[in-house]
Amino acid sequence: MADTIIKMEDLAFSYPAEEGNVPLAALKGVSLSIERGSFVAVLGHNGSGKSTLAKHMNAVLLPLGGKVWVDGMDTCDENLLLEIRRRVGMVFQNPDNQIVANVVEEDVAFGPENLGVPTKEIRERVDAALKAVGMEDFVLQAPHHLSGGQKQRIAIAGIIAMEPACIVLDESTAMLDPSGRREVLETVQRLNREKGITIVLITHHMDEAALADRVVVMDGGRAVMDGTPREILPRMEELRAIGLDVPHTVELLYGLREDGFDVPVDALSVEECAGAIVAALSAKA
Amino acid sequence: MLKDITLGQFFPGTSLAHRLDPRTKILLTVIYIVALFCAESFVSYGLMVALLITGVKVSGVAPKALVKGLKPVIFIICFTAVLNLFYTPGEILVQFWVLKITKEGIFTAFFMALRISMLIMGTFLLTYTTSPIALTDGLESLLGPLKKIKVPVHELSMMMSIALRFIPTLIEETDKIMSAQRARGADFESGNLLDRAKALVPILVPLFISAFRRADELAVAMECRCYHGGQGRTKLHVLHYQAKDYLVMAAYAAILAAVLILARFGL
Amino acid sequence: MKPIIRVENLTHTYGQDTPFCRSAVDGVSLDIMEGEFLGIIGHTGSGKSTLIQHLNGLLRPTSGTIYLDGRDIWADPKKIRDVRFQVGLVFQYPEYQLFEETVYKDISFGPKNMGLSEQEIDRRVRDAAAFVGLDEGLLDKSPFELSGGQKRRVAIAGVIAMEPRVLILDEPSAGLDPAGRRSLLENIRSYHRQKGTTVVMVSHSMDEVAENVDRIIVLADAGVVMSGTPHEVFSRAEELVAVGLNVPQVTRVAMELRRRGVEIDPAVYTVAELRKALSALKGGKASC
Repeated sequence: MADTIIKMEDLAFSYPAEEGNVPLAALKGVSLSIERGSFVAVLGHNGSGKSTLAKHMNAVLLPLGGKVWVDGMDTCDENLLLEIRRRVGMVFQNPDNQIVANVVEEDVAFGPENLGVPTKEIRERVDAALKAVGMEDFVLQAPHHLSGGQKQRIAIAGIIAMEPACIVLDESTAMLDPSGRREVLETVQRLNREKGITIVLITHHMDEAALADRVVVMDGGRAVMDGTPREILPRMEELRAIGLDVPHTVELLYGLREDGFDVPVDALSVEECAGAIVAALSAKA
Repeated sequence: MLKDITLGQFFPGTSLAHRLDPRTKILLTVIYIVALFCAESFVSYGLMVALLITGVKVSGVAPKALVKGLKPVIFIICFTAVLNLFYTPGEILVQFWVLKITKEGIFTAFFMALRISMLIMGTFLLTYTTSPIALTDGLESLLGPLKKIKVPVHELSMMMSIALRFIPTLIEETDKIMSAQRARGADFESGNLLDRAKALVPILVPLFISAFRRADELAVAMECRCYHGGQGRTKLHVLHYQAKDYLVMAAYAAILAAVLILARFGL
Repeated sequence: MKPIIRVENLTHTYGQDTPFCRSAVDGVSLDIMEGEFLGIIGHTGSGKSTLIQHLNGLLRPTSGTIYLDGRDIWADPKKIRDVRFQVGLVFQYPEYQLFEETVYKDISFGPKNMGLSEQEIDRRVRDAAAFVGLDEGLLDKSPFELSGGQKRRVAIAGVIAMEPRVLILDEPSAGLDPAGRRSLLENIRSYHRQKGTTVVMVSHSMDEVAENVDRIIVLADAGVVMSGTPHEVFSRAEELVAVGLNVPQVTRVAMELRRRGVEIDPAVYTVAELRKALSALKGGKASC
């Protein structure tokens, strides 16, 4: 059996109600295991429960029903809180609201400082973490002079410096421009590949989900689909029905099939899609 | 326009002024302020001006940036100067109606304006050359003994450094909100005092809401990075006094002594 | 068609006389035609935000002139507020400027500043709310109780309620989920269709621009590098990639197909178009 880093069992959660309203159930029984070293994308529209799910992965929220284990540790056990948060780091949506310090290196050092890491080792960790996200030339910069993508990479470095097993990106690309998104995605892909860090990417962008090993689709507080991108993304009708988009390549291939082309619908990348079309065209000719 | 405010900003650098221990710089600033208030004559002011100029030169901070820092307080400086100009008794030079300008008045007004400007420039020199975190580290360390009497020194310094971190962010945000409301025809420049105060509502409400939201999100982000108060915390930069710190402090002490002695002789 | 806004040789320099001095817009000239739906694309830092803030007089040109209906908007600086009523600008993430107790009051902020009658304000608020798809029932709610997408709509309605002759939107769909994005863009399209107002949409999403606008202006490095219909612009896809911009995914598929020797117009940019072109190609091949 594969090694599990995060395990959720029948997880339920609802936010406290405003006066006179019934509490809004955000999660209605989610069971999910995330393998160590994998890259999992959690897809869903706003209000699908995907962010609430993410916040259970490092005990920012605690389950009202069911259980969550991080590396075998129950998130409800307060004595384990620091260790859980060290192992699962979280990058948030707004790059400005997670940077604590006025100088890049001091911000990256914030986590290790809290953990009581000796000074000399903090220095080593900070330098290594900045290198891992490709920001080593910005050590003494002020964060407010950086672009959105750079700020998010600093936030990632701040987590790397705590030597985590898993990084959860809670819609961390939603506020970035295309180049910022690319920067962040390339960084987490590399960390996943080279350092074996587990990545959980919460997003509503289909093209981002295509990068993962596994896609979990959330809707109405439940995990409604779970599989590889190649299995999930071509399910055009179902995805549309819950307010998500499909990549244009998939839409095109569906259309071409209707027109009598013999093409697969799971060609996700531009190259694959073009290849499939060329093959279909030459087969006819 | 708000971007012009440089209050509390830090210009990273590697000059001697940047490399001094923050505690040294805080102590020096305190000494400098004490000396300023003791200075009473051209000679001692000359010394202080020379000191400030040396400080600026050593730090590599653009003098323009320092002068710009005076902008927000220019009114206070003028007001104090004018008050001193008319209300200092002494040898009358000009008189019209109840207002009289005395020779002493001119001197006092001049010195007062100079004193306030130099006070501000001196403290700006501190904030320009010291990263806010180093500054709060320095304060935390200097105030450390107060922990014994249950003063939450760590919490206070953390609050201060976060406040400083968010000043540029909030200034930028204010700029954005002002532009957006202007695009809807808001007018911040005309009307009487009451109208102008009312015109601020569309800026202040969104700004406060956003500040609270930021505070909320930051608190969660800090907890996720294992922040749990000052207990058991280590530091990336541990403060160590070095030879240059002692040297600079000695030099300063000498200047303060000189000013005090000069004052003693009425100079 | 005649230009409603004409930008002539506009240059804007930030931080003049400081070491940080840099031109965000450098010698830009362009026309915005009455009634058109124009897309402005460019990556962050290409000068698009600076450019649009000149169109309604929020920023003053360092040099160059902006004409509205042939009149220099800075001819009489005291009248600049009238320009802002005629050229409505919706900023990025506009929901962060909401401040009133109710949605209704917030939308009426602009019209009130214009000095309109109660009756006229009421009509405009209700019209604007309808255009952005806000339910009448929401008007008496506090804007802070609404969802993110609804707040965005309130903020856009606040500008539409001024009934500007030109509506400029900076990244109107940023941060919304696919369903929210689709329905908001549909609202903007139908607003343009029904009112016939000039609409300018700034975006860095090529797909979004490609599907909505009549004409595209591409900015890069503080200047205009391309302008034309989506078809004209995307036929120069390689150049777009060279200035660091994305091209629509469909265009990339077409480019890749051409590279592999398929005879196809590379300037297609919607799924339907490419599908049609490919089916025609297949039909042609089958018949010979």
